[in-house]
Amino acid sequence: MEKKIRVLVAKPGLDGHDRGAKVVARALRDAGFEVIYTGLRQTPEQITEAALQEDANVVALSLLSGAHNHLFPRIVELLKEKDMKDVLVIGGGVIPDADIPGLKSAGVAEVFTPGTPTGDIVEFIKTNVKA
Amino acid sequence: MCTANNEQLKAKVAEYTAKVEKSLAKFPERKNLAPNRLYTPLDVPATDYEKDLGMPGEFPFTRGVQPTMYRSRFWTMRQYAGFATAEESNKRYKFLLDAGQTGLSVAFDLPTQIGYDSDDAISMGEVGKVGVAIDSLADMEILFSGIPLDKVSTSMTINAPAAILLAMYIAVAEKQGVTPDQLDGTIQNDILKEYAARGTYIFPPKPSMRLITNIFEYCSKNVPKWNTISISGYHIREAGSTASQEIAFTIADGIAYVDAAIKAGLDVDAFAGRLSFFWNAHNNVLEEAAKFRASRRIWAKVMKERFNAKNPKSWMLRVHTQTAGSMLTAQQPENNVVRVTLQTVAAVLGGTQSLHTNSKDEALALPTEDAVRVALRTQQIVAYESGLADTVDPLAGSYYIEALTNKIEEEAWEYIKKIDDLGGAPAAIEKGYIQREIQDSAYKWQMEVEKKERIIVGVNQFQIAEKPVEGLLRVDASVGELQKKKLAELRSKRDNAAVQAKLATLETAAKEENTNLMPIILDAVKAYATLGEICGVLRKVFGEYEANVSL
Repeated sequence: MEKKIRVLVAKPGLDGHDRGAKVVARALRDAGFEVIYTGLRQTPEQITEAALQEDANVVALSLLSGAHNHLFPRIVELLKEKDMKDVLVIGGGVIPDADIPGLKSAGVAEVFTPGTPTGDIVEFIKTNVKA
Repeated sequence: MCTANNEQLKAKVAEYTAKVEKSLAKFPERKNLAPNRLYTPLDVPATDYEKDLGMPGEFPFTRGVQPTMYRSRFWTMRQYAGFATAEESNKRYKFLLDAGQTGLSVAFDLPTQIGYDSDDAISMGEVGKVGVAIDSLADMEILFSGIPLDKVSTSMTINAPAAILLAMYIAVAEKQGVTPDQLDGTIQNDILKEYAARGTYIFPPKPSMRLITNIFEYCSKNVPKWNTISISGYHIREAGSTASQEIAFTIADGIAYVDAAIKAGLDVDAFAGRLSFFWNAHNNVLEEAAKFRASRRIWAKVMKERFNAKNPKSWMLRVHTQTAGSMLTAQQPENNVVRVTLQTVAAVLGGTQSLHTNSKDEALALPTEDAVRVALRTQQIVAYESGLADTVDPLAGSYYIEALTNKIEEEAWEYIKKIDDLGGAPAAIEKGYIQREIQDSAYKWQMEVEKKERIIVGVNQFQIAEKPVEGLLRVDASVGELQKKKLAELRSKRDNAAVQAKLATLETAAKEENTNLMPIILDAVKAYATLGEICGVLRKVFGEYEANVSL
């Protein structure tokens, strides 16, 4: 049997808006992935540790507070430090278009903004994951 | 309402149904809508005007809490605002007051909402982002500088550390020469919905409920015009609930607060008149209007029949409203002006006491000044030009509206009974029941959108190729550094021995369950103890809430 893709859905920073994170988590689970959700207020260190513990192939970050430019690159950096450079990091939330190129060059593979169908995220993961 | 010859009417409706079935078969996508195709007196058979509707300002308040509603004065137009530093936000408040806004509403940044100072490591990247950063009384003095606190009413969206921000507000007022009994405003102070939907909790339920009842008691004696809580459905709806769930879960939270205060020895009529609510104005205009009407009827019955409140003021569900942020689209953002207009119509037809209208750019960033002006103008146009505010509860007596009001009320009661059976709202949240119900509704909504069973204009139909939106508001990253500098200065200038003494007193008092913490917090705040220091002491004594995560 093919090994299931393992996705860690994580909420970095302090914001409590997790409707999107939970909807995406459930859609990914319905698409056949193994999904772990961290809950709110996770530090970059906690998220990295969870990704390691859970042997995640994908880390999906959700953030709506505007702290993405600080927190997303920090998580990519920590994953690299822990030798998890194959982990696919994606992000979503209220993220201005102007910030997306910067996040991508920092190592975030894709950023999904409001209105994205969950199916697009599923497809992106299937196409880009290194499992 | 059903005075006509029922048999004759039933036959007519049957005849109508048979006639239209065939032609409607051509529109299968319109077939499965929730409401009936047509409403007649048969749908509101047992309406007793005096008992079910009554006069405005009278039990059960279906038609509104005031006798005159908008024929005396309009709702309070209150835009939720705050970002970056106290200086920046103070400027925005003065801009809004100059633009004709009638009340203030303060948005705090996340570190403030969760009780951390701006120089705490956990605050990195978040300072001043979603609201204004307030670390101490010094920031609060700047925030309200030049704004006479005896003349404006101020709403503060603050929950877990509500006691501390209220204390700061009282202290600023005193410096302006305004006594606490002159203060008018609201703190959100609704911790239960933080656990269930919004996420800015700090302490576990028991000490959190104590802080809330401490505030009820303190304000009933010292700040009598203050709305001590805004029991909020807004965030429950934003998290994905239905209209019925929004009011049911919120009223269940309200029941828990009243229970807690009575158990703490307060007389229900001493505090119930200062309880207020907060609803979401969503897209479906008539469903929303009916929701407001149903919620007033339910709360009136809860307070009168369940809690035996005697004062009619205790029976009234007074409500602030905000238009639904989650319904704004990042696609073709200009269209959001129309959405917000319809949501405003819903709130006004529902009889709200105050209203915040979202700005068109809020699916992308915090709003710019221009966008906020349009949002405020939307309210003013509805108030002055539309005629919707010219008569009290204009929808009353519509077969559809009355049937829908009854239906939403019934659905909400079912949830309230279920939550009672689970042991009340805190227990239902502890078991994850309320969170699961909300998540299920959110997922259902998303799947309907993705299957195009629900059309969102510009998102899953009528899309266009779009250029990135320019001119969005950005909060400068230097805000965090600036706040840190201000804090360092404060800590070097204040009387630190006095601060330590106040914090020690607070620690002792926090351990004594029967001590009201409000006066002690007020003392600490006046000595310029920071928000983070005060919450730190309380964290030490109370511990922190650990959410149970479920998918």
